[in-house]
Amino acid sequence: MAALWGGLFRLGSMLSLSCLALSVLLLVQLSDAAKNFEDVRCKCICPPYKDNSGHIYNKNISQKDCDCLHVVDPMPVLGPDVEAYCLRCECKYEERSSVTIKVTIIIYLSILGLLLLYMVYLTLVEPILKRRLFGHSQLIQSDDDVGDHQPFANAHDVLARSRSRANVLNKVEYAQQRWKLQVQEQRKSVFDRHVVLS
Amino acid sequence: MESEQLFHRGYYRNSYNSITSASSDEELLDGAGVIMDFQTSEDDNLLDGDAAVGTHYTMTNGGSINSSTHLLDLLDEPIPGVGTYDDFHTIDWVREKCKDRERHRRINSKKKESAWEMTKSLYDAWSGWLVVTLTGLASGALAGLIDIAADWMTDLKEGICLSALWYNHEQCCWGSNETTFEERDKCPEWKTWAELIIGQAEGPGSYIMNYIMYIFWALSFAFLAVSLVKVFAPYACGSGIPEIKTILSGFIIRGYLGKWTLMIKTITLVLAVASGLSLGKEGPLVHVACCCGNIFSYLFPKYSTNEAKKREVLSAASAAGVSVAFGAPIGGVLFSLEEVSYYFPLKTLWRSFFAALVAAFVLRSINPFGNSRLVLFYVEYHTPWYLFELFPFILLGVFGGLWGAFFIRANIAWCRRRKSTKFGKYPVLEVIIVAAITAVIAFPNPYTRLNTSELIKELFTDCGPLESSSLCDYRNDMNASKIVDDIPDRPAGLGVYSAIWQLCLALIFKIIMTVFTFGIKVPSGLFIPSMAIGAIAGRIVGIAVEQLAYYHHDWFIFKEWCEVGADCITPGLYAMVGAAACLGGVTRMTVSLVVIVFELTGGLEYIVPLMAAVMTSKWVGDAFGREGIYEAHIRLNGYPFLDAKEEFTHTTLAADVMRPRRNDPPLAVLTQDNMTVDDIENMINETSYNGFPVIMSKESQRLVGFALRRDLTIAIESARKKQEGIVGSSRVCFAQHTPSLPAESPRPLKLRSILDMSPFTVTDHTPMEIVVDIFRKLGLRQCLVTHNGTVLGIITKKNIVEHLEQRKQHVEPLTPPWHYNKKRYPPSYGPDGKPRPRFNNVQLNLTDEEREETEEEVCLLNSTTL
Repeated sequence: MAALWGGLFRLGSMLSLSCLALSVLLLVQLSDAAKNFEDVRCKCICPPYKDNSGHIYNKNISQKDCDCLHVVDPMPVLGPDVEAYCLRCECKYEERSSVTIKVTIIIYLSILGLLLLYMVYLTLVEPILKRRLFGHSQLIQSDDDVGDHQPFANAHDVLARSRSRANVLNKVEYAQQRWKLQVQEQRKSVFDRHVVLS
Repeated sequence: MESEQLFHRGYYRNSYNSITSASSDEELLDGAGVIMDFQTSEDDNLLDGDAAVGTHYTMTNGGSINSSTHLLDLLDEPIPGVGTYDDFHTIDWVREKCKDRERHRRINSKKKESAWEMTKSLYDAWSGWLVVTLTGLASGALAGLIDIAADWMTDLKEGICLSALWYNHEQCCWGSNETTFEERDKCPEWKTWAELIIGQAEGPGSYIMNYIMYIFWALSFAFLAVSLVKVFAPYACGSGIPEIKTILSGFIIRGYLGKWTLMIKTITLVLAVASGLSLGKEGPLVHVACCCGNIFSYLFPKYSTNEAKKREVLSAASAAGVSVAFGAPIGGVLFSLEEVSYYFPLKTLWRSFFAALVAAFVLRSINPFGNSRLVLFYVEYHTPWYLFELFPFILLGVFGGLWGAFFIRANIAWCRRRKSTKFGKYPVLEVIIVAAITAVIAFPNPYTRLNTSELIKELFTDCGPLESSSLCDYRNDMNASKIVDDIPDRPAGLGVYSAIWQLCLALIFKIIMTVFTFGIKVPSGLFIPSMAIGAIAGRIVGIAVEQLAYYHHDWFIFKEWCEVGADCITPGLYAMVGAAACLGGVTRMTVSLVVIVFELTGGLEYIVPLMAAVMTSKWVGDAFGREGIYEAHIRLNGYPFLDAKEEFTHTTLAADVMRPRRNDPPLAVLTQDNMTVDDIENMINETSYNGFPVIMSKESQRLVGFALRRDLTIAIESARKKQEGIVGSSRVCFAQHTPSLPAESPRPLKLRSILDMSPFTVTDHTPMEIVVDIFRKLGLRQCLVTHNGTVLGIITKKNIVEHLEQRKQHVEPLTPPWHYNKKRYPPSYGPDGKPRPRFNNVQLNLTDEEREETEEEVCLLNSTTL
């Protein structure tokens, strides 16, 4: 059962990954359509001028109105100086999509969270479950692979068992075990033997 | 038959043994394979996925497809699995290209038959553009995700946006009207951790609290990143560019561009960048884009079945990766051409261009930084530069070259230590330690505390009147009422001097930490830290020159351009030139680098300074060692990579390089029609070579063709399953016509379909210069050496790499791990030095089971061969 969850999760994560690109794209479109009012701003930075200190003005305003005259509302200087003051200000029109940001962060955190849960499951919970399920005899057997306390260390065992039963559940389990074997292989070549990526 | 060997290694365990000795592992794979229907996993394919189990399911699969026993039918049908490659093997470009042309002809000839075939051929013709479009879309979207998430997580180290948790610092204060001119990044919505935990915004207590939280977050991000990499996808670590270069030159690393690698690399890249380690996301983005390209190429049979075609997609994908990493589409295409690609025809150039365009477009519409640009550190300058400034620019180039040479030496030495000593056994601990040191030292200095991209942005930005950072703390005379754009050179204020001190410390810190960071087991790019180092140095030089010009404007070099009150030095421009020079020193790129940098600045007028600096840095760097960091890492890991940039200047002949050497046992060869299935199986079991020349007969020794070990294995196994009457004593016939056989003998096995009838040959007197050129330009995997039409020996790509390595003795030899493996199989010659009689002395490996298990480690190591 446990392995089923793992397998399901794996499938799910792959699906979510492939959907990710599409969803981000869709989001862009969506957020464009429902552009939030707070998502545009015209920001004017005015440097110190005569006895006025520097100031930053910020206003929601359309792009064509984004200039000093519209944004700097309580004009700090009087009539003749306005032009000189405004000449020094730099106004920038900026827009963002808060929906994109929100959804991206949520997607990212949920994938990260799922991965962490799965990692915790694989490294801590599964070995304990295995021990409990298969009892002491299994324990001695698995002690044979010396010092291999890494997750997935029992992939070989499970592969051996899984061929006796044939149903959907086993297919998933088999796929999962095969993947575990591959990761084990990669781990050996990267961390133990240092033949790639060192 | 008495000659000798070629290609070793590889194939041991997952090869032929299952025929003679089914070890437990194979048994269960085969057994389960029957249940599983491996059709799906076969197209799961080569670069990705199935490491150790390679051959087996294709074999199992072969059994279930068609149990026709008719010999001739079988010959027409291609045997499934023939023509594919094992993990850690080199592809044969020539063979792949032939396969593609044949496929193309087949589709073209069928085109007229029906509307369906017509559609299929159209789909086939368009699939190249489709796959690069999809790759561009995906890599743009993923780059957007990485940018947004990394920004948010980086800011999470200092505080959190209470009104909307998903905003980073900048976005949090987006609409705030309470930001002031002096403290632009303060707004009430953004709470630092000290404010939240102990309720103080100022004072030593809050500083210490913020410090602790900064270290805590940095450590937890680094720990999460390295443990995710370790548990799910070890291939996701590092920058990926050396491996991608090797893969593009025709090497197979299964799983390196797979789905899990993609996912883990994307997720952990964000964590690694956010943890404040001295690394960047640009190199890994190239890897991410290549993973996308590889995954999408499975949708199209044209690319999924052909390794050479797949590499065209990967070239385009790497262009898309750089395009989104730097917001430089053209620079990306040139990067692909100059740095990573091996085979780059015009068609690939256009596709790379298109992929880069699509990716940049997607990223622009996501607008991750809210500045309508693709990168954070986009800058625009309008001030001109003057001729005398070339001198400091060239100085910066020298600095860049020195930095590059130093970095490559130091980093390679450190990586070799990691590779060869016990210290490499603790990757998690190493990452934690590096992250802890980085965080502890980085926090007190405001320039290192910043995200590196932001630091670069700040250094690039010129000091206008609008800037308030301490870098721009010049002494102003307020009453000058001039126009904004044209600020004259001014004397530096106290802020600038303290900033320079901090920058110097930051420079030393970055230099040391980057050496130790590049190569740890998290995704880590090199571009951003290198650029940061260059930018810091450049900015310091820039400010120095500026002050020099201000105080000594009567010097004759300044006299002409820098009058009092004129704006002649732009320190930001120096920072940019320095960044380009340092990046050039490390990677030894030239054209693509200049293009990338000027795409960053949007100004064409700075091309000459950039070119001068980059070229100087390349010259200086090359004086200390000709290879860039990526080639150095390729050499460190011993990948079989033939660098097209290197010149071969030695006067050796093909006969000096070919195997067998003089004292070696003779070449293992097959004869075209008088060997039995058992003979061949024995030959495969006893040797570890990956291919065998086929000759007319032992007497004449004339060459007929070349048969690959994997193909032979698969073909024999599938013939044993599918054809009746194939037993151990069946004759194997590579010739056109079956020889007349005695009536009672079993029917012969025809294997002409797997024989390569046109192997490349050179004569034994061909100079190695020419042979090396042939290998480079055609992408050969092996080449036979003949003399008067008889086979003398063989040269493989690995032999050539080895030979080049030997010739370069003055350069420190790096251990190439898969070049010096011992043969595992009993030699095919007896103790007296004479060849063993092959027909009588049959060594079946039936008793090998225990040995198999104990030697698993060894043979897996060995399988990492050419």
